[in-house]
Amino acid sequence: MNKTMTLNALALGALLTCAAAAHAGEVEVLHWWTAGGEAKAAAALKATLQAKGHTWKDFAVAGGGGDSAMTVLKSRVVSGNAPAAAQIKGPSLQEWAREGVLANMDDVAKAEKWDESLPKVVSDIMKYKGNYIAAPVNVHRVNWLWANPEAFKKAGAKVPTNWDEFFVAAEALKKAGITPVAHGGQNWQDFTTFEAVALGVGGVEFYKKALVQLDPATLNSPTMENVLSTFKKVKGYTDKNAPGRDWNLATAMVIKGEAGMQIMGDWAKGEFIAAGKVPGKDFVCAPAPGTAKSFTFNVDSFALFKLKNDANVKAQKDLATAIMSPEFQELFNLNKGSIPVRLGMKMDKFDDCAKTSSADFVATAKSGALVPSIAHGMAVPSAAEGAIKDAVSQFWNTDKMSAKDAMAKIVAAAKTK
Amino acid sequence: MSAPSALRTPWLPKLVVAPSFILSFLFIYGLMAWNGYLSVSASRLLPNYEFVGLEQYEILFENERWWVALRNLAVFGGLFIGGGMAVGLLLAVLLDQKIRAEGLLRTIYLYPMALSFIVTGTAWKWMLNPGLGLEHLMHQWGFTEFEFGWLVDPDKAIYCVAIAGIWQSAGFVMALFLAGLRGIDDSIIKAAQVDGASLPKIYWRILIPTLRPVFFSTLMVVSHLAIKSFDLVMALTAGGPGYATDLPATFMYTMAFSRGQIGLGAASATVMLATVAAIVVPYLYSELRVKK
Repeated sequence: MNKTMTLNALALGALLTCAAAAHAGEVEVLHWWTAGGEAKAAAALKATLQAKGHTWKDFAVAGGGGDSAMTVLKSRVVSGNAPAAAQIKGPSLQEWAREGVLANMDDVAKAEKWDESLPKVVSDIMKYKGNYIAAPVNVHRVNWLWANPEAFKKAGAKVPTNWDEFFVAAEALKKAGITPVAHGGQNWQDFTTFEAVALGVGGVEFYKKALVQLDPATLNSPTMENVLSTFKKVKGYTDKNAPGRDWNLATAMVIKGEAGMQIMGDWAKGEFIAAGKVPGKDFVCAPAPGTAKSFTFNVDSFALFKLKNDANVKAQKDLATAIMSPEFQELFNLNKGSIPVRLGMKMDKFDDCAKTSSADFVATAKSGALVPSIAHGMAVPSAAEGAIKDAVSQFWNTDKMSAKDAMAKIVAAAKTK
Repeated sequence: MSAPSALRTPWLPKLVVAPSFILSFLFIYGLMAWNGYLSVSASRLLPNYEFVGLEQYEILFENERWWVALRNLAVFGGLFIGGGMAVGLLLAVLLDQKIRAEGLLRTIYLYPMALSFIVTGTAWKWMLNPGLGLEHLMHQWGFTEFEFGWLVDPDKAIYCVAIAGIWQSAGFVMALFLAGLRGIDDSIIKAAQVDGASLPKIYWRILIPTLRPVFFSTLMVVSHLAIKSFDLVMALTAGGPGYATDLPATFMYTMAFSRGQIGLGAASATVMLATVAAIVVPYLYSELRVKK
């Protein structure tokens, strides 16, 4: 396995050397790919850029990624010293672009035919006022249900395909002494579950209207009430130690058979694989109940900043080209556990879960059932997302609160600008 | 000997003090002023200087999460200050009884102070979690009826934060009070004993009232710790379940740094500054007046 990876990396490097340019610049990149398979993929990207004669510089942030990295990034941008690229995604891209600090990548996109190789919902996120300002790397599917077949067999239940079956299965698991749903009570996990319920119970049109366009009438409809009460019902099947638990510990409960199933994005697969489990045999990946024909996506991307030095601009464009190249898309996603964002990729090296995911990605891109994940910062700006997340999480955690009260709170939260 | 040389270079002391004065002026008061300005600007992801008046404050005080944070501050602050001082005073009085191995015990009680709030928070998180800590232990010992799920109960989780906070600060408060008690003239106690006062009475009527200044300075130190509390909550509950244990500091961090609402975050920081000032300024005022 490792050998193939290295060979791939070399091949990728060699392939792009042909296009080596006379100008050599420096690309400074802010990313979080520092461990395991992700680090290998980042090294491949680095090799590609070096093969073109550019120098690669990691954007170093003390104290890890996330908020602290963003704070450092902000101060660097304010002081006029932006890196070439930074891992920023979803509507946050628009927020950065509105500050006027992102570069126009249209010439690269045109030369590389990005418009043709990306679903429109995805490319729209990468654009500000019709111009590309970011390059997408991968797609995570969020609406997955991970199940332990052993536990299901013991309980005599079958993996649910809709929410009615879900509660039947959950009841059976409970009777068998197994925690039906592995959950970590952190607000984003509550929100991930909510999003899956909204899509499964309300359907694609409802999801788009309510959680992407934030239409007040839809947020205040009987369907929404139904979604909220179904969501709350799920809580009854989680264990009471859930609050504060990290998602990977919840996944571990499913791996060990202490819990029957978990609703979580495809990054959970990495935990199963790392534990030596085989997809289809030791664990089941199924679309979250009622969402087999739809797809909530979480696309990682690189925002590309305006640079002053011409050589660096050239290097940045080479970086954007490399990110969207089929070779890098395959190599990176094999390592990361996600799927390529480029349409029309060969999937034969991927595992079964990824194959299903990719097939659904392509199919839903055509049918219009490909929707952005609100819980993972893809659908609405961060202020509104945060406010809705607060309301949803409060509803999940407050046993006294009625679905009607929660609805009023969510409608108010959706107005946050 | 040094007097003539000081006269010859009267600018020297000023010059020596100047760098630190300029630095603190710029990086403390300057940044405070900047924060104040941001709180009346339309800043979102990055600072911008479009003036919007008190709009951010209006949004802030309409935000339910902010009210939760304020309520939590009242509960946590009250318990943390009151509880910390009560436990600290009790420990100090007990240690004051000329007991054996006092030095060792003092070190043990003071030790939590040496830990960072992150360590305290993480350790208490494990102890208070029903599936890992106390409740789990009791169940293993056979007391299966025992229940202690405060940490996972949105209504009670804030008390867990207070418990951990008190544990951390009590030793420090004890040290302050113990120093105060040791500073009291022995002859007063002797005189009271000659008059036939019992030991509890001596403490209650004479010693504790003489500790008034110590009470004040302890209150100062502990109350600003309470208002600034951030790391303890982050480690113990991360503001959860939901946002049930949010405090103003964690609210500010979330808004300013995770959600791209710098203006709103700045407004909440200004309110926190005002709260601290409301406690500290009267104290400083009275202190400085006494000195005159």
